[in-house]
Amino acid sequence: MKLLKTGRWITAVGLVLLAAVYVRALAFTPVERTQGMAQKIFYLHLPAAIWAEGAMILVGVASIFFLFLKDPRLDRFAEASAEVGLVFCTLVLTTGPIWGKPIWGTWWTWDARLTLTLLLFLMYVGYLLLRGAVTDPGLKARYAAVLGICGMCLVPFVHLSVIMFRTLHPQPIVIKPSAPSLPGEMLETLAFSFLVFTVLWVGFVIQRYGLSLVREQAEPHA
Amino acid sequence: MLRHAWLLARKDLLVEFRSRTAILSAVVFTVLVLMVFNFGRDPTAIAAVDLAPSILWVTFTFAAMLALNRAFQLELENQALDGLLLAPISRSSIYLGKVIANLAFVAVVEGVGLPLFALFFNVRITPVLGPLMVVIALATIGFVAVGTLFSAMTSRTRFAELLLPVLLLPFMLPPLIWAVLATAALFAGRPLSEATGWLRLLAAFDIVFVTLAFVLFPATVNE
Repeated sequence: MKLLKTGRWITAVGLVLLAAVYVRALAFTPVERTQGMAQKIFYLHLPAAIWAEGAMILVGVASIFFLFLKDPRLDRFAEASAEVGLVFCTLVLTTGPIWGKPIWGTWWTWDARLTLTLLLFLMYVGYLLLRGAVTDPGLKARYAAVLGICGMCLVPFVHLSVIMFRTLHPQPIVIKPSAPSLPGEMLETLAFSFLVFTVLWVGFVIQRYGLSLVREQAEPHA
Repeated sequence: MLRHAWLLARKDLLVEFRSRTAILSAVVFTVLVLMVFNFGRDPTAIAAVDLAPSILWVTFTFAAMLALNRAFQLELENQALDGLLLAPISRSSIYLGKVIANLAFVAVVEGVGLPLFALFFNVRITPVLGPLMVVIALATIGFVAVGTLFSAMTSRTRFAELLLPVLLLPFMLPPLIWAVLATAALFAGRPLSEATGWLRLLAAFDIVFVTLAFVLFPATVNE
């Protein structure tokens, strides 16, 4: 119960900060010259994308440790992380087209990065479906761990493809070998937004973790 | 371990050979998918050769899926899987045996599908047969390695036939993309060097996922 409450508080703080991100993004960050206001969605899109992918890696890492340690806490964490990852992935897949329509002139294109976000989304769905389809709790945790590790290993291939395909998607401007090529104010807003998304991610995961715990207590054999 | 794997694969293939239902169904299914593709395009607008790589790979993907679905279904009857697990052989050799049997099964289906594909769609495959076989082999190994692992899990869940494609297709997609690109380069008669990049990616995918599945498989069957 305490966990649920803590999670709720962290999420609430995150949501307030998210509003602050937008105040800053809209009022105190310069407007991009060619894209205009549409670029503002970038402050949601990129942090969500980083966490959508980061969540999959955390699922994989937690799964590896789960197979060694058999600690149910790791399994609960992996489940929570996957569910939050799915939410963030949905956010990326929603904000992307909203930006894409005015800038690219199309809602969707089969660009490498878009394809791979969709793939990530489907992997999360598959992971959660598998959890739902197995009734035995021990088996469920092990199966989920196996799939989680495989999912994590697919992510580098996804990145390799992104580098190899010519793409319509803007090239990385922040996370790349050379220094970020972004005006300082935009970068600050982005960093702030990333921090807020981290807070939100932590809040969501703690809530989801607490929920699994409550559910396990309510129906010990399910 | 290899000997055990081989024995297990032989057992599977023998069961398959005796009944022949699954392999025949898979072959007929492949022929039907090829037919569906022929009527699923406007022949006056799209030349068969433009669509050829996609036709080939979608057909093979579906055929592989069908084969993988039955890989562990076989062991569910009469609790055969429990018997297998009680046998004094390592879990990894069970996986290896299943992979060998599945590879053989899929290879047979592809062996029938490829000439039919060339015949139906009038694709000249003979000049590029060697490289094409390499592409097919590399992609198939990737499909089967991941598919066998997933099939071991889904076979013991509800709606196994539906869950396997849902879990497996995201993992089949990257090798599928590379295989289609490599095949397209081959069919268009472009130099072999254009396909090697994709082949290298396919090989990397195979190495990573064969190893991974080999290591992870015991976790899916240990009681």
